[in-house]
Amino acid sequence: MYELQYSKPSSVNDAVAEIKKSSDSKFLAGGMTLIPTLKARLSSADTLVDLKGANLSKISVSSSEITIGSMTRHCDVASSNDVKGSLPALAKLAGGIGDHMVRSCGTIGGSLANNDPAACYPSAALALDTTIVTNERSISAEDFFVGMFETALNENEIITEVKFQIPEKASYIKFPNPASRYAMVGVFVAKKASGVTVAVTGAGENGVFRCSEIEIALNSNFSTESLENIDISPDSLNSDIHASAAYRANLIKEMAKRALQEMI
Amino acid sequence: MPDGGSTGIGVSVKRKEDYRFLVGEGNYTDDINRPNQTHTYMLRSSSAHAKFSIDTSKASKAKGVVKIFVGTDMEVGSIPCGWQVDSKDGTPMREPAHPPIAKDKVRYVGEIIAVIIAESLEDAKNAAELIDVNYNDIPVIIDMQDALDNSKGLVHDEIESNVCYDWELGDSEAVDKAISEAAHITSLDIRNNRLIPNAMETRSAIGDYEHATGQYTLYTTSQNPHVIRLLMGAFVLGLPEHKLRVIAPDVGGGFGSKIFHYAEEAIVTWASNKIRRPVKWTSDRSEAFISDAHGRDHVTSVKLALDKDGKFLALKVDTLANMGAYLSTFASSVPTYLYATLLAGTYTTPAIHCNVKSIFTNTVPVDAYRGAGRPEATYLIERIVDKAAREMGISQVEIRRKNFIPVDAFPYQTPVALQYDSGNYNATLDAALKKADYEGFAARKADSVKRGMLRGIGFSTYLEACGIAPSAVVGSLGARAGLFECAEVRVHPTGSVTVFTGSHSHGQGHETTFAQLVSEKLGISTDMVEISHGDTNNIPFGMGTYGSRSLAVGGEAIVKAMDKVIAKAKKIAAHVMEASADDIELNNGNFEIAGTDKSMSLADISLAAYVPHNYPHEELEPGLDEKAFYDPLNFTYPGGCHICEVEINPNTGEVKVEGMTAVDDVGKVINPMIVEGQIHGGLAQGIGQALLENAAYDSNGQLLSGSYMDYAMPRADNFVDFKVGNEVTLCTHNSLGVKGCGEVGAIGSPPAVINAVVDALSELGVEDISMPATSEKVWNAINQAKNKN
Ligand SMILES: Cc1cc2nc3c(=O)[nH]c(=O)nc-3n(C[C@H](O)[C@H](O)[C@H](O)COP(=O)(O)OP(=O)(O)OC[C@H]3O[C@@H](n4cnc5c(N)ncnc54)[C@H](O)[C@@H]3O)c2cc1C
Repeated sequence: MYELQYSKPSSVNDAVAEIKKSSDSKFLAGGMTLIPTLKARLSSADTLVDLKGANLSKISVSSSEITIGSMTRHCDVASSNDVKGSLPALAKLAGGIGDHMVRSCGTIGGSLANNDPAACYPSAALALDTTIVTNERSISAEDFFVGMFETALNENEIITEVKFQIPEKASYIKFPNPASRYAMVGVFVAKKASGVTVAVTGAGENGVFRCSEIEIALNSNFSTESLENIDISPDSLNSDIHASAAYRANLIKEMAKRALQEMI
Repeated sequence: MPDGGSTGIGVSVKRKEDYRFLVGEGNYTDDINRPNQTHTYMLRSSSAHAKFSIDTSKASKAKGVVKIFVGTDMEVGSIPCGWQVDSKDGTPMREPAHPPIAKDKVRYVGEIIAVIIAESLEDAKNAAELIDVNYNDIPVIIDMQDALDNSKGLVHDEIESNVCYDWELGDSEAVDKAISEAAHITSLDIRNNRLIPNAMETRSAIGDYEHATGQYTLYTTSQNPHVIRLLMGAFVLGLPEHKLRVIAPDVGGGFGSKIFHYAEEAIVTWASNKIRRPVKWTSDRSEAFISDAHGRDHVTSVKLALDKDGKFLALKVDTLANMGAYLSTFASSVPTYLYATLLAGTYTTPAIHCNVKSIFTNTVPVDAYRGAGRPEATYLIERIVDKAAREMGISQVEIRRKNFIPVDAFPYQTPVALQYDSGNYNATLDAALKKADYEGFAARKADSVKRGMLRGIGFSTYLEACGIAPSAVVGSLGARAGLFECAEVRVHPTGSVTVFTGSHSHGQGHETTFAQLVSEKLGISTDMVEISHGDTNNIPFGMGTYGSRSLAVGGEAIVKAMDKVIAKAKKIAAHVMEASADDIELNNGNFEIAGTDKSMSLADISLAAYVPHNYPHEELEPGLDEKAFYDPLNFTYPGGCHICEVEINPNTGEVKVEGMTAVDDVGKVINPMIVEGQIHGGLAQGIGQALLENAAYDSNGQLLSGSYMDYAMPRADNFVDFKVGNEVTLCTHNSLGVKGCGEVGAIGSPPAVINAVVDALSELGVEDISMPATSEKVWNAINQAKNKN
């Protein structure tokens, strides 16, 4: 790690003021991604502006929406009775991220801001008509995820909260990478009054994406059988030492089937 | 023998060493800091094969930098290989120079090109970024087949070939004849995947030179400090033993990777003299992936000839073994004497021939890793036997029983040099079948099928040779050192005991097991016994811990030293109690005059020995402190049966281990809990190799699996509850009857796992699947089989 300064402001406004002091400062949330990259000298910062004091950890639920503060940790989402009651798939998703330490430190804001192509939360965000609220504006999930590790966030923009629309039913199934246990393929299926949305993480060359083949099939017939005969194209899917694009295509279908089995 | 209360042989005494480890008070090399110490960062090559030039002028002036060394600054000996193997034409193996710091050419990603010594590690790392390295890339040799073609390039120009040696063992004529006449021949091409050891503690070394005395001390993460003293002192730095002290304190796992003498050890020791300050280096995890010796990496084609009834007639094996870019300490012995000699396995195969070409490539050096050669041998034997049984329609159990070496055939001379002393392979098989509930397999399979799943069961009835070993034998096979062990047993004046052993403990629990030997023999509790190891200034001598040799060789040396203690103690007791030494008997820790109620405890005797007022001075020296060297007569031969059961999801290829049973014969068991722990660890590594772990290089020589994001270490949820058992036959040539348990889990289990996977897929027509059997590989195999049908 290169030498750096650390500050822990006590509000969002102070955090923004703090980060503007230098062009090379970074927000620190759970540190689960940022700290290892700093340690490996893959990244550097003048100052780490820690958001832990900025009062951004909270969960609230209305009849149509769950609002989660950006600094809410994965373990808090996983164990929240509110989340388990109204959107159990999200609690399960959070409970399946990393290990105890990662869940006890990592945050939803950090995960979305990072937009790792193998991360879990982006699939939920994209499938649930989610709004990502920042200190500057509200961004729809569709506009938020731009590409691998890329989001619509401006420099110095802080995610403050995330608003998920509660669906009728939802399910998230992850096929973990055998080494990292991130998603080699993760499929989030949401059934809403407006129709079915299916978001896929871990597989796409450009990060999370909606899978129209499956959405079309499920909108016409919400059953596992309707998935039997669809073909997911491996084009624009990732190939690496763990899985070829063709295998990932197969996993998308198989994980979608498992999600459906959970929902029906 | 006295029973030593509740802490003697056969008792699951809780591990004495665990308290300090569990409360975080172990003393590992990185915990040690010397006054005025400097910190080192090793700049490593990012190119797999290149001529390079290096400019350190800017970096030398950076903040905190004490000194930067490059290859041409360090004119010392070559890092040596400890085992000479001759090719079959009689020429010695090709042994390219291995400088600690690369001079003008790099041969793998990770090779050291500059040593930056600074006041802090951060300073050293900052300075390293100011070093200019100019790489002129040369074609990279990664694949062993490519390496055989000289026109594709040479890893070492000066040796004119990428083949280190072309070696053989066995009678090729007899094998060829048997193959040409056999009723059935089974063939298989096998890759034994490259693994990265991943000990929990990364390597670390501190060199500390004392100018006033000319004394060097090296603190290092080693399984064998005396061997490091020998290799580094004699071959690399030219330091005599009396001026070089090597200390390996607590060591957090090694699996073989900490046997070898590494460049970093020589560098910090040498540099501490140059700069007259202690020099510390600790590897980080990313560095470990590209600088610890890797394991396995064989490509083999094998043929088994059988008669019409399934009796094995001959085995023919052709292997390419990857050495990486340089010869590591034991590298040359692993695919030869620790491999080809094992090819009889548990079977009576009368004719065996094995040819091995070991190959240089632009990859990290490859050396011994838990099992070292024996897992590779076992894998191919148990896979080819499995395949032969399928082809001939014989059951997996029957084909093995038909070919087992029978109990009454011991000592059994194999056609590949070894003579097994004892074993009972039907006994371990029977016990394993029962433990694994083989009878119930059909029902479990039917249940899987009902759920749309595939299920398979796989066997491995393996054998291994460990407790290495007789110096005369290994010497005749090319070892450049002896493989005995040394122990000193010091009875203190008030009767407690310290044992100094050359067997280093890096997780095996020696402090407990060895104390139990003392407890058993001398009749005192293990609380009264301390085991000291790991410091060449304390320990008379030692060859270290590897090849499951600690108990069979090191433990036996302790017994020999105790025999001397007892003999002397009897004489002292006889003098004090005015009896004849022949009449003194040792019972439950008491030295008694036979047939009387007169006796002395060990403490009484040791006090008499150290306060020798009433003492047979004409006949005996004072004190009670004895040393023994022990050089065994033979290897030891643990064996057993591992049975694995898997369930496979045909839609995704996911393999789930549903059952793992291991019934082993490790000889006499001293501490059942520790043995079970060793078996569990070995099984975890074996299953890891079979299903998960793989060191993958791209064609440019970059390690693709260079972190835990991509190198799949097994975790607890990859396993099931292991069912472990023992069926003991005693080793016939050591007094304890012990064989060794450190490696059997990793040796026996991989083929059991793969045989189970193949069994599950066999009804689809799948005949083989390579390690690691990832879900994608299995899914592909299923699809290919479906497309064929
Ligand atoms: C071993 C391991 C396993 C993991 N497994 C999984 C997994 O299975 N699935 C999964 O989804 N993830 C996984 N993760 C990642 C984990 O979910 C982290 O929580 C996530 O990567 C980053 O969250 P964080 O709070 O730690 O953010 P940090 O690491 O602190 O920050 C990450 C980035 O986001 C920026 N940032 C953070 N918060 C904000 C904010 N509020 N506004 C704007 N920018 C912000 C930071 O500046 C930084 O650039 C794993 C991580 C580890 C270490």
